[in-house]
Amino acid sequence: MAGTRNEIRFILNGADVALKDVAPDATLLDWLRLNRSLRGTKEGCAEGDCGACTVLVGKLGGDGLVYESVNACIRFMGSLDGTHVVTVEHLRGNGEKLHPVQQAMVDFHGSQCGFCTPGFVMSLYALWMKTPDPSNAAIEKALQGNLCRCTGYEAIIRAAHAVSSYGKAAKDPLALERKDITARLKALRDGARVEVGSGKARLVVPADVDDFAAVLEKEPGATIVAGSTDVGLWVTKHMRDISPAVFIGGLEGLRTMLEKDGVITIGAGVTYTEAFETLSKHIPALGPLVDRIGGEQVRNMGTIGGNIANGSPIGDTPPPLIALGAQLTLRKGKKRRTIPLETFFIAYGKQDRQPGEFVEAVHVPVPARGAKFAVYKVTKRRDEDITATLGAFYLTLAKDGTVADIRIAYGGMAATPKRAVAVEKALIGKAWNEATVEAAMAEYAKDFTPLTDMRASAEYRALAAKNLLLRFYVETTGTKAPLQVSRSEAA
Amino acid sequence: MTKHVPNLKAQKISGGVASDQRHDSAHKHVSGTAVYIDDMPEPAGTLHGCLGLSTATHATITKLDLSAVRAAPGVVDVLTAKDVPGENDISPTGRHDEPVLADGKVEFYGQPIFCVIAETREQARRATGLAKIEYEQLPFVTDIGLLDPRKDKLVTPPLTLRRGDAAAAIKAAPHRLKGKMRLGGQEHFYLEGHIAMAVPGEDHDVTIYSSTQHPSEVQHMVSHALGIPSNAVTVEIRRMGGGFGGKETQGNQFAALAAIAAKRHHRAVKIRPDRDDDMTATGKRHDFLIDYEVGFDDDGNILGVDFMFAARCGFSSDLSGPVTDRALFHCDNTYFWPAVHAQSAPLYTNTVSNTAFRGFGGPQGMVGAERVIDEVAFALGKDPLEIRKKNFYGTSDRNITPYHQTVEDNVIQRIIAELEASSNYARRRREISAFNNNSRFIKRGLALTPVKFGISFTATHYNQAGALVHVYTDGSVHLNHGGTEMGQGLYLKVAQVVAEEFQFDLDQVKITATTTGKVPNTSATAASSGSDLNGMAAQNAARQIKDRLANFASEKYQVPRDQVLFLPNRVRIGNQEIPFGDLVKQAYMARIQLSAAGFYKTPKIHWNRDKGEGRPFYYFAYGASCSEVSVDTLTGEYVVERTDILHETGRSLNRAIDLGQVEGGFIQGMGWLTTEELWWDDKGRLRTHAPSTYKIPLASDRPKIFNVTLADWSEANEPTVHRSKAVGEPPFPLGMSVLHALSDAVASVVDHRICPRLDAPATPERVLMAIERLKREAAKPA
Repeated sequence: MAGTRNEIRFILNGADVALKDVAPDATLLDWLRLNRSLRGTKEGCAEGDCGACTVLVGKLGGDGLVYESVNACIRFMGSLDGTHVVTVEHLRGNGEKLHPVQQAMVDFHGSQCGFCTPGFVMSLYALWMKTPDPSNAAIEKALQGNLCRCTGYEAIIRAAHAVSSYGKAAKDPLALERKDITARLKALRDGARVEVGSGKARLVVPADVDDFAAVLEKEPGATIVAGSTDVGLWVTKHMRDISPAVFIGGLEGLRTMLEKDGVITIGAGVTYTEAFETLSKHIPALGPLVDRIGGEQVRNMGTIGGNIANGSPIGDTPPPLIALGAQLTLRKGKKRRTIPLETFFIAYGKQDRQPGEFVEAVHVPVPARGAKFAVYKVTKRRDEDITATLGAFYLTLAKDGTVADIRIAYGGMAATPKRAVAVEKALIGKAWNEATVEAAMAEYAKDFTPLTDMRASAEYRALAAKNLLLRFYVETTGTKAPLQVSRSEAA
Repeated sequence: MTKHVPNLKAQKISGGVASDQRHDSAHKHVSGTAVYIDDMPEPAGTLHGCLGLSTATHATITKLDLSAVRAAPGVVDVLTAKDVPGENDISPTGRHDEPVLADGKVEFYGQPIFCVIAETREQARRATGLAKIEYEQLPFVTDIGLLDPRKDKLVTPPLTLRRGDAAAAIKAAPHRLKGKMRLGGQEHFYLEGHIAMAVPGEDHDVTIYSSTQHPSEVQHMVSHALGIPSNAVTVEIRRMGGGFGGKETQGNQFAALAAIAAKRHHRAVKIRPDRDDDMTATGKRHDFLIDYEVGFDDDGNILGVDFMFAARCGFSSDLSGPVTDRALFHCDNTYFWPAVHAQSAPLYTNTVSNTAFRGFGGPQGMVGAERVIDEVAFALGKDPLEIRKKNFYGTSDRNITPYHQTVEDNVIQRIIAELEASSNYARRRREISAFNNNSRFIKRGLALTPVKFGISFTATHYNQAGALVHVYTDGSVHLNHGGTEMGQGLYLKVAQVVAEEFQFDLDQVKITATTTGKVPNTSATAASSGSDLNGMAAQNAARQIKDRLANFASEKYQVPRDQVLFLPNRVRIGNQEIPFGDLVKQAYMARIQLSAAGFYKTPKIHWNRDKGEGRPFYYFAYGASCSEVSVDTLTGEYVVERTDILHETGRSLNRAIDLGQVEGGFIQGMGWLTTEELWWDDKGRLRTHAPSTYKIPLASDRPKIFNVTLADWSEANEPTVHRSKAVGEPPFPLGMSVLHALSDAVASVVDHRICPRLDAPATPERVLMAIERLKREAAKPA
């Protein structure tokens, strides 16, 4: 570790920024609007759900410099060390001419009131850089985190398809200055721990994972901030004090992901976006699920480690990972322990994590050959919505067609992500047929007593949850009939 | 902007009416340079306000201890009811039932009780949480299902419409049935939340930048609250980040408090509530319980209808009177009811006071009408479209509405015929039937629903507008009018009208912020009336100046007046043509007035509310949509496979803008009837107060195939501005076709033998529960 630095450093559009005086809970959005008077970036909800505050953050990783759309409203300044922040003001540069994304939006009538528009422009910009000729599905995915109340989106989609006819992504300013920015970001990496502030307003960006372990051991009460898609709301909505805040989103040591001997190890700092490709490749059923977690901005920030560590009963990754038999590695100082993920969740708001300990990695077994695995999320709105009920199923059949083993886990049905033990029991050893499944559906009442809230009633949760088992059964019979409504292109 | 060089040889101006101009601010929207109120540079020393909201649903405040709030860092002041120097009331219809700040009593969870004024917004927000308030709880009611619409407390007098003897007609009918429908409300979810910034001036003066659709009302409310004359208050708004009716009256509170604090401290004050506070403390679309009874014959001819429209109005009247009136005005939709009786019940509840929202009660009335159609269709085992067509208004007979206005411009038959053909309704009906027979869990549904929407404020006096046009000596024009811009392209359309009138390019017109200082006593930009009213007023102003210029030219050049012609960017005077700007310069030198105030009032309309008779609407706008859905009968989840729309906007001023209104209106209407659910808990707290819990449509909720057409043959039969028709609200109820397509898919699980009576919003939960109910009913022994 190369000492300690008392400022955070990043690039804002074209300018180098070094901040010695920044609060642990200062958000990028407020800083842009209030400190820099960059008011093109808007606040619509201050909780990462509407996308009006979308900006790009460029960061160095294994694939070089990657720009991703993020929600500035819940992005803390402390998490920006060593990054390139790009706001809507950067697109036109100093020229009169609009950027291709902007000109397409104008020509195709993609704005009405215009308030959400800078956010849409930034999301489409991020998409265009990666995918200059996107499909409808790719556009919809890129815009899951952007709400528009005026246009009905159709005009924006038309614009998104047209961007490349206004200019080439390769000639875009961010492409042209890529080398320069990469060099400047590399120069910002001094390997130092960052400590800013004092007293009740302190933030730390550890130098590496070992440093993080040391910091947390010394200050077990610190708030660990990875993607801040949850902690962000503690601040913007509940005005909770998060000092001292430890920002771990940039730690390379937590951003590794590898598949070895049938087990995928996911570092706690791996975002949903980063995990998507590997997960989809090895466990295809997880791809569509990851695509329905938050919007693109949230997936670019939020981590699977955080989804587990915060212990929410409606986190979307724990049930499938439990069904898959995942293990969790926790670390305190230099000591590590690995436990079944399932045992991590003790009760509502209570997890098996000691003071000073943190989630370092989750290990996910790839389904065995012949095993059947599926996960289904049920929500009020298809995308960017929080689970009403989510069921995950991992089935191993014996040669005689009976159930050798089945693991079923649910979210949204109890105070923690939870196994359907009684249902499993009713299935194991029985012939895998519809009669068995119907009999097992009656067992749900033993496993779950769901709540009624604004997302769903208890009755609906109970009914939809057990119907998912029927869907899973029919899916395993290899039927060609559609079993789910889908956004895929019409035939 | 670079100076415009007009083309003096042009055959046609650029940017006149009936041309598809891009939104005047589009280039600024996409660059982040369009200035919304929170983007304006704050005057030095600007303070920030935050509302302290009630945590009781209905209660007497027994103790209000704000000492910790006052002592918090940065706090400059804390306002309570007693600090309102004038009247503590912002009731828009003068019923004195809506305090700026609650005084001793709170009537809904989230009602503003105090307002913290601090150096920064964050300090104000943090301090707000330190209040110690004690309450004595009172009984409360949030659910209108628990109320009797005939006996319980109303917030404003109800309306009854009757034509013929509905009771007798229903009684004599071969078939009768009764039912009830629950229809949810809707949060506006304008992307820019409420905001007001007040800047104090000398004497009593105060200028308020308010995100409002109704600057004149903000002006009047601020003057009442401050106890000063209206002439001391100026309200300005360049643009809103969406309004949808949510900023017709709901901005008053923020503006009044900002103004009070600004005058107390001689500093600018800005109030921008957090999204959750905005959604908790400001009104929404009214939800309704609709009771209906219908009598009909074997062929599906409806003979008599009786409706009760009970609405959750909240704790005060706000606009609930005209909203519930408009529900009744639309309980016919496109149908002739031979005998009809319809009543409203604007019920008092301990919820936020509901308010205007695109359609203003009209869509709720139409949903009631369409439910009746569905009931008749299911009772007779017929396709609902057949029943619809059978009961449409005629063109020469069967054309009297329940409020005794004759429908003179009916085009619904033509719209339906064209849409039925273009959407391949009949063929797809057969295909869907075949699909459903072969699909165990996924079921498809199809529906085609019509729309007829009445245009004009039903408060007749609101149908007036003013405009102000200045021509400067270089020929450039400054345009101002009473309408506000919330994204609908009103500024652009009115500018197109002015350019057309003068016959110069659109670039000559500078569109300026709406302000009460330039055009007084304006009506809200609402009721789809924006371009109808303000377009005509601006045209009137332009004509006055044009007349003066023509008279001047005729005199100066000694040619008959009819030989002065305004050609594109130039004027032909006798045999010579001179640039428009040159004529203006000459007129100025000759001391001709180059400024005019224009005015317009809608002709023909009148309304007698006591009798329930009149002609409240100048004309009607028509449209129809056809939607197909897929429903997962295991979870109730669904997608919209395809929607076809045919909608008429008269001789459109700008088809690109109108298309955006139709597409956006449909999606918003679809959201209302599908995923947008407002949910109160058993303590009376609204728990869907942020986008994390309240789900408006996303891009991925659009129909997978979406064909939208504006009827190219459409033309207003009244002399509206260039024979165009209003387009703000009429497309909203097009979303009904999705609700009915869902209903059709649900019904398929019992071979369409039972009316699904699917309530709205038809969330996946309601869809699944309806399916289960139908299965149970079908399984019952007959």
